[in-house]
Amino acid sequence: MADSTTNQPSRTRDLDKLLLRPGNLVAPIFDPGAQLRDDIGEYARILVVGAGGLGCELLKDLALSGFKNLEVIDMDRIEVTNLNRQFLFRLEDVGKPKAEVAAKRVMERVSGVNIVPHFCRIEDKEIEFYNDFSIIVLGLDSIEARSYINAVACSFLEYDSNDNPIEETVKPMVDGGTEGFKGHARIIMPGSTPCFECTIWLFPPQVKFPLCTLAETPRTPAHCIEYAHLIKWDEVHSGKSFDPDEPEHMKWVYTEAVKRAELFGIQGVTYSLTQGVVKNIIPAIASTNAIVSAACALETLKLVSGCSKTLSNYLTYNGVEGLHVKVTEFVRDKDCLVCGPGVLVELDTTVTLQKFIDILEEHPTLLLSKASVTHRGKNLYMQAPPVLEEMTRSNLKLPLFELMGKVSKDVVHVTGSTTKNDQKTSCLRKLRIAFKGVDGMTDTDMAGGA
Amino acid sequence: MAEPKTKYDRQLRIWGEQGQAALEKASICLLNCGPTGSETLKNLVLGGVGSITVIDGSKVEAGDLGNNFMLDESCLGQSKAKCVCSFLQELNDAVKAKFIEEYPGELIETNPSFFSQFTLVVATQLVESSMLKLDRICRDANVKLIFARSYGLTGLVRISVKEHTVVDSKPDHFLDDLRLNNPWPELKQFAESIDLKALDPVAHKHIPYVVILVKMAEEWAKAHGGSLPSTRDEKKAFKDLLKAGMLAFDEDNFKEAVEASFKVFAPLGISPDLQQIINDSCTEVHSNSSNFWVLVAALKEFVANEGGGEAPLEGSIPDMTSSTELYVNLQKIYQAKAEADFLVIEQRARNILKGIGKDLDSIPKTMIKSFCKNARKLKVCRYRSIEDEFNNPSLSELQKYLTDEECSIAMGFYILLRAADRFAANYNSFPGQFEGAMDEDISRLKTTAVGLLSDLGCNGSILTEDLINEMCRFGASELHAVAAFIGGIASQEVIKLITEQFVPMSGTFIFNGIDQKSQLLVL
Repeated sequence: MADSTTNQPSRTRDLDKLLLRPGNLVAPIFDPGAQLRDDIGEYARILVVGAGGLGCELLKDLALSGFKNLEVIDMDRIEVTNLNRQFLFRLEDVGKPKAEVAAKRVMERVSGVNIVPHFCRIEDKEIEFYNDFSIIVLGLDSIEARSYINAVACSFLEYDSNDNPIEETVKPMVDGGTEGFKGHARIIMPGSTPCFECTIWLFPPQVKFPLCTLAETPRTPAHCIEYAHLIKWDEVHSGKSFDPDEPEHMKWVYTEAVKRAELFGIQGVTYSLTQGVVKNIIPAIASTNAIVSAACALETLKLVSGCSKTLSNYLTYNGVEGLHVKVTEFVRDKDCLVCGPGVLVELDTTVTLQKFIDILEEHPTLLLSKASVTHRGKNLYMQAPPVLEEMTRSNLKLPLFELMGKVSKDVVHVTGSTTKNDQKTSCLRKLRIAFKGVDGMTDTDMAGGA
Repeated sequence: MAEPKTKYDRQLRIWGEQGQAALEKASICLLNCGPTGSETLKNLVLGGVGSITVIDGSKVEAGDLGNNFMLDESCLGQSKAKCVCSFLQELNDAVKAKFIEEYPGELIETNPSFFSQFTLVVATQLVESSMLKLDRICRDANVKLIFARSYGLTGLVRISVKEHTVVDSKPDHFLDDLRLNNPWPELKQFAESIDLKALDPVAHKHIPYVVILVKMAEEWAKAHGGSLPSTRDEKKAFKDLLKAGMLAFDEDNFKEAVEASFKVFAPLGISPDLQQIINDSCTEVHSNSSNFWVLVAALKEFVANEGGGEAPLEGSIPDMTSSTELYVNLQKIYQAKAEADFLVIEQRARNILKGIGKDLDSIPKTMIKSFCKNARKLKVCRYRSIEDEFNNPSLSELQKYLTDEECSIAMGFYILLRAADRFAANYNSFPGQFEGAMDEDISRLKTTAVGLLSDLGCNGSILTEDLINEMCRFGASELHAVAAFIGGIASQEVIKLITEQFVPMSGTFIFNGIDQKSQLLVL
């Protein structure tokens, strides 16, 4: 087994021990050797979503774990408050796109690594963009963004006739998250481990103060701040919307909150608290991000190489009181709308695309409005951008059956908006369309050919 | 120059100005700047520690570029300490960064007094013999010490300080200090001044639950010979009584009262944890006692006298449905009682200081205030010396961990990490470090581990072949992702030790990179 080249001092000295030597506690796919190491560098393509506290760490960790083809997507620009943890950024970078600076810094430091930055919203990318990667690693701080990427990755998933996931269509995700001294890392294998939506209850929605409390019985400094922010601002600035990144706006809210607090004898309104409440700031430090990202990067390497067992499937870290690291094996929600085989919609062959879109809006489990519809990568109807809308508009009056090539059943992807916790959110759903009275109705092959 | 307050905003929201000031005063020494050490310091430099001193005698090799982000091609052949130090400096110019090109093992041997200048030493990738010596040195010099090690898919983090005391432990969940079952006269009077039956519906649904519960507890006690609900049935009856007091089904304050009724049933007096601290022999203070123990001595007197079995009142109340006026008044009643308790503790502390011949102002008022506010949450952490643990580990715990399904891999790694050091001492290389001798190394490591177990008194305990093989496969490699994890944990614990906030980990943290089921082993 001793390959003479491995005795040379090389850059991969430490990684080689793990990837070139056979092991006992490894995954069945593990095929140790220099080939494996080289294949990881050459063929594995990893997307890092988010170039913030976790994203910076992830890029570094992955680049030093043998991955050479990385891409990173983030819509944000660097701010001064990032500098206590987002170690790839310097003071002179403030205002520049995070994805671009992060990619550049890691490439400068680690030779042979290529990182493609994408300075845009995750929704701006075509769905197919995400299908190009071996694994998607998430370093996000918002539930909505996680939910979106999760839905995208799950939309690639196809099931066979026995409702078992088809392996080639599984897009693994590794997700990390932190808050203060706490964090989590998890592996999502759509179709076999719970997807983000299956365990959405792990992320309870933020509690909002009732408006009557703000208006009539304020008791805490936060109540005074939210009164100024949500009620007083609109009263005074008719039509001008509040911008949390505008220091003048923030100062105005602070001053008004102080006035209100004085009026009611409430202590404790500060400028820092005002920012915290209005922007819903989550405290963040370098060390927690480092821990969670490292766990995510290691799991990514294990998923790709099989060089050890993998996390099954949810790791929590809590460093507040002592040190608690716990692994929980959550189970899938069999009826999950996102990672399941898809909601079945039965239609007559005469139903037009327009009618179909109307049906989705009233569908009891979907309640999906402003739908854009794609079938096997082809846009049937797009709400935006205007060019695409115009191009696809003529399809609206055609029967969906014809648009889908007169097959008895197939899967379509629909994006649109739905209402969750009284809030409109964008969503992506996979639907199984079955046409009534068409030959082959008894054929159980839902996924179709290709 | 960016306002430091803005730069550190996201962490100031966690440990505040005081915690930040402590970090900025701290001087940290790092032994060995491989990825584990470099990553530990990276996190601390970003947070703004006062100074770092990087100690490493090695030169940068190609292999180092593959696992350490604080090095690049241009560093090849140069001092690793120097290169890592200069890349770390780039992260934060407020930090004073120094390096010394010397092997830590030699420094420990030849210049033990060197370490006394630091607040804390982070010792990475040290073998057992150096750990033992350094631990003794740091304990004698009262320098905090953390060991961190990455080794293949395993590793460890171990704190070693004689004693670490925490006032501001910031627990996630802690019972509010409301005294609903034991109200002081002013709170009782306030509750009595409100007649629930005489209120109109709007006023009725704006009575804070604290008032409702104090009144109801009083009523219950009157009807039950002075005792409060204790059995399941009584507790249910108490809740039913609360529900019966509602004027309408949508009264949020009464719903909150039902939910908070367990606070009425809570036991009186201080917690067993606090009782243990109060009973500690350190409360027999002398001129060398720390401020913490002087204050605990004062607390002990307070609990026995003015406190009537209770600690000083914390003085804050959670948000609850209420009119603004009643809420603010209630807040003032809690604050006034907390202030009164503080004055008593302060007086007692001053008397104690006088008794042991110390300056009466040697404990700042703000510290006493904070101590009173957090009196119920005090923490004392003590760590066995490394020598003690290595020579006399708790045998029962060791056996328990070895046989426990959740812990057996971590316990196995603990043994194997020590066995690997013995192996290295005997054979001048770590098991599996070089190609070619794998089979021999596996059987040697197995023999070494069995010998170690029997030295520890665990005859007959065995480690699985799989784990021994894995350990040899690791070959003392330092994988970046593992080092970043271990370094992250180490820096987190450094922050807790220096800010004296939160609770540092106990025992030895063993990283299990196989299935992530890492464990804390207290031996």
